[in-house]
Amino acid sequence: MILRLASALIGRWLFFGISIAMPEPSDAFRIGFAMNTDNLLSMTAIDKRFAGIPALSGASFAVGRGEVHALIGQNGAGKSTLIKVLTGYYKRDAGEVVFDGKPFEVSSPQQAQASGISTIYQEINLVPYRSITENICLGREARRCGLLDWKRMHQEAEALLQRFNVRADVRRPLMEFNTATQQMVAIARAIGFSAKLVIMDEPTSSLDEREVAVLFNVIRQLKQEGVSVVFVSHKLDELYEVCDRVTIMRDGRTVKTAAMNEIDKIGLVSAMLGRAIERAEGHATAFSDRDEKKIGKVLLSAENLAINQIVQDVSFNVRSGEIAGFAGLLGAGRTETARLVFGIDRPHAGSMIFNGQTFDPHKPSDAIAAGMGFCTEDRKSEGIVPDMSVAENMMLALMPKLSKSGVIDEKAQRDIVERFIRQLGIKCSGSDQKVRELSGGNQQKVLLGRWLAMNPRLLILDEPTRGIDVGAKAEIQALIKTLADQGLAVLMISSELEEVIEGADRVFVLREGISVAEFDRDEATEDAVMSAMAHGSAPTVAEAAP
Amino acid sequence: MTDTARQQLISRPFDPFDFMARYGTLIALALLILFNFAFTRNFATMQTLNVNLTQVCTIVIVAVGMTLVIATGGIDLSVGSLMAISGALAPMIFLGKIVPIDNVALAVAAAMIIAVGVAGLFGLFNGWLIARFRIQPIVATLVLFIAGRGIAQVLTNGNLQTFRVPQFQWIGLGRLFGIPVQVVLMVLLVIAAAWMLKRTVFGRQIIAVGGNERAAELSGIAVSRVKLVVYAISGLCAGIAGLVVIAINSSSDANLVGMGMELDAIAAVAVGGTLLSGGKATIIGTLLGAMTIQLVRYTLLANGVPDAAALVVKAGIIVLAVWIQQQGRRA
Repeated sequence: MILRLASALIGRWLFFGISIAMPEPSDAFRIGFAMNTDNLLSMTAIDKRFAGIPALSGASFAVGRGEVHALIGQNGAGKSTLIKVLTGYYKRDAGEVVFDGKPFEVSSPQQAQASGISTIYQEINLVPYRSITENICLGREARRCGLLDWKRMHQEAEALLQRFNVRADVRRPLMEFNTATQQMVAIARAIGFSAKLVIMDEPTSSLDEREVAVLFNVIRQLKQEGVSVVFVSHKLDELYEVCDRVTIMRDGRTVKTAAMNEIDKIGLVSAMLGRAIERAEGHATAFSDRDEKKIGKVLLSAENLAINQIVQDVSFNVRSGEIAGFAGLLGAGRTETARLVFGIDRPHAGSMIFNGQTFDPHKPSDAIAAGMGFCTEDRKSEGIVPDMSVAENMMLALMPKLSKSGVIDEKAQRDIVERFIRQLGIKCSGSDQKVRELSGGNQQKVLLGRWLAMNPRLLILDEPTRGIDVGAKAEIQALIKTLADQGLAVLMISSELEEVIEGADRVFVLREGISVAEFDRDEATEDAVMSAMAHGSAPTVAEAAP
Repeated sequence: MTDTARQQLISRPFDPFDFMARYGTLIALALLILFNFAFTRNFATMQTLNVNLTQVCTIVIVAVGMTLVIATGGIDLSVGSLMAISGALAPMIFLGKIVPIDNVALAVAAAMIIAVGVAGLFGLFNGWLIARFRIQPIVATLVLFIAGRGIAQVLTNGNLQTFRVPQFQWIGLGRLFGIPVQVVLMVLLVIAAAWMLKRTVFGRQIIAVGGNERAAELSGIAVSRVKLVVYAISGLCAGIAGLVVIAINSSSDANLVGMGMELDAIAAVAVGGTLLSGGKATIIGTLLGAMTIQLVRYTLLANGVPDAAALVVKAGIIVLAVWIQQQGRRA
């Protein structure tokens, strides 16, 4: 049933995709491109399924020689699967890969690297205590008579770094160098001398502006030498700086390939989200029938919050009985802002007022004591305690209040748990069942119950319906609506545009760590929100919110 | 979810590994006892029971604290050394080597409280290293594993302390209603710890910290405090065990008291069915685990197998127990 619904949704998205007014490269055009002999790499009609669920269906991807090609898409769109299929980490179920004019069959990333495809991952995977030479030559040491040929390896390492205009003593431990140099070493190690195609998976996420500039120089350098680069990033501005073309993925398909100078940022965002600018009427979420209701006073207001590079200047407020939505692309700083509110991280700048008083939580228990709850985005690693029962999980936060001198009041606990299991419609064999045996949707309900049992004033929901099947999704959305109607303030983060637009009474848009726009319910149209997500900048806040 | 899916959820198929992980120790213990009734001479005597119980006592006492530590996902290697410290300190106090105390009862009481208290403080130090500086438990407790025995030796100048103080030795040699005092002590500790783990907020928090530390922290649990306290409890248990050992021996040798105890305790916890990665713990299981290991050793010795060979069997049992646990989890 889930599959049927999903395919229906995909069908609709495809329909919108085609109705985009932009000059859309037709399938024929794209295949024509793929068959172009000038292409270094062409992947055609790639299928990959995991346990029967398609991760890639008919994806096609082509990279020209000496081209910098961006690969973008939302979480779960299939970017990393496509890359892992290419590098031999996964075996494809169907489709054809041609690299450098020959059919390409590899069964491991090492083999792919030997054949000329190198990958640089987000995290720097190096050994900090060893020298630059050792890091670069790790796993392919030069030998002479069975012993390591240090002289040759030092020379190789130096020559390789010189290529990227880095001068460093290759005999010194890597940890003595700055991040930029370390990144360069990682790149040098990955590329070696033989790479024809370099895949960079979010290479800029851990770099500051200067380091990014250095990296871009390297990319241009590679391009000049005729090496192709596949550049995966969520920061749209970067793409325009270094990339020639872009391929956009959605739901396991490559939905669009275009030259960077022919597509604007709204075009990118709408293709990623599967939204046409002029969208048909109709509701897609269980939020659809929200009635007008009493929205109370401002409960939480935050001004100019900042932490690290990720959150730079975020201001917003949430009123009682209101659902405030956070929209933004991946990496816009939405989750990070929520973590500041809940006291998980401490802001470097900015201030918060909660319930009329200055609010400066040092740890989550401060926020909980003030009346907040936080359902995190990652249920598994930050939400459930898998080996504990439904009841124990649900009572985790409330427990201290339910006890007499440290001893749990079992009866009171059972009553509360049973009540929430009924109210939230949690499907389990009983309150004693281990929570890890429940489905994603039911686990999410248990976590909702954990916070609702505390009777909070503000509930922060980070991707409340991610990874949950369609039926349970509607139930949870309806539940959130009911809670807000009862006077709860809800701060909802969601990457699903329709969930934010239809669910939230107000939408705050974050872009690269800055709150760039605020929309009321009737202003929050998809194109308005999307354009703010794509290229809203701080000054528009003043215009949007007089 | 459809009705059939729900049905499946409720009546899961029988999983032999899950069953073994749950009841394996109990079954093994029962089989061992039956075997001994059949083949070991003089097994069904009070004396055999006493010998086995008194030998297993100190391991169980230490293992109770160890279970709590392991439940939080940690480990405590320092317990043997803390036993040596408490074992070295107590005679110095009741023999009046530090401050002469005339009243024997007072001297013994002071010796017990101070020795156990000091071991608890050292445990607290372990917890502090782990909670405050986020040092891995195995490394943090290695500090006192090494230094602790050194401290005990320095306290006593490396000398053997011998004594004959019945008031003190009561906890190792005395009897309450015909039951050895140390056995009573062990049973009380086991009951208290099992009850705490099941019925109190703190017990729940221990399991939550071990089961998912991030989630526990986000639910407002003071993770650092929980860790501090479990390591302190482990230290206290080790302190008590140290007193029992020297009381039995009428002497205290800082080089030997509690030697290898950390491994015996960890083995008992593992065989008892507590997850070594934390998040699932059973005190009764630990008790059964310690008794199983003890009884295997006794069975082998009583039937003429040398102690060295018995050690190999002990190791085999531990491997088997951990393997069964992992299979049960994977299913």
